[in-house]
Amino acid sequence: MTGKTVTRAQLGESVYQEVGLSRNESADLLETVLNHMGDALTAGETVKISSFGSFSVRQKGERVGRNPKTGEEVPILPRKVLVFRPSQVLKNRINEYRRPGDGA
Amino acid sequence: MTKSELIAKLANENPHLFQRDVERIVTTIFDEITNALAQGDRVELRGFGAFSIKERGSRVGRNPRTGEAVDVGEKFIPYFKTGKQLRERLNPTD
Repeated sequence: MTGKTVTRAQLGESVYQEVGLSRNESADLLETVLNHMGDALTAGETVKISSFGSFSVRQKGERVGRNPKTGEEVPILPRKVLVFRPSQVLKNRINEYRRPGDGA
Repeated sequence: MTKSELIAKLANENPHLFQRDVERIVTTIFDEITNALAQGDRVELRGFGAFSIKERGSRVGRNPRTGEAVDVGEKFIPYFKTGKQLRERLNPTD
């Protein structure tokens, strides 16, 4: 565990090393992938990436919230939230390194 | 939209690329995110969102059929927090 933060730059670099494209084009393709996913989600579609997970949009109803500082009640308006459900493959990958020797 | 639909879309928009390369590009992106998380790293894609892992402490669970108590060891789960820009696109009036 290194605790680093991976950003677009590193992901773009991985794409660059994997396929014989320029760094620029690799970065553009990464951006295009994210944009297509965002477009589909904004249109209310679910995005399913096999062996990774699925992203879907859930509609939340209005509810009464509270300003934690003042205790004042404020309505929280209905809104859409994005939910990511990791696939079993991803969940297993994340736990396999972290529980060496643990059979569970 | 599925991964294969995403690949088909990219392949259409980039006729100069082989379909096989487009597939490798998309697969690489998600594999790299997975690898980073498996190492305990975060992945932050500003505007889109951030992937991180969260720890779920060990707990005593129950076998729902028998009611028997079983120890559930600690585990880690992937977590995604939607980026500000994408959140705003989902809720344009905010």
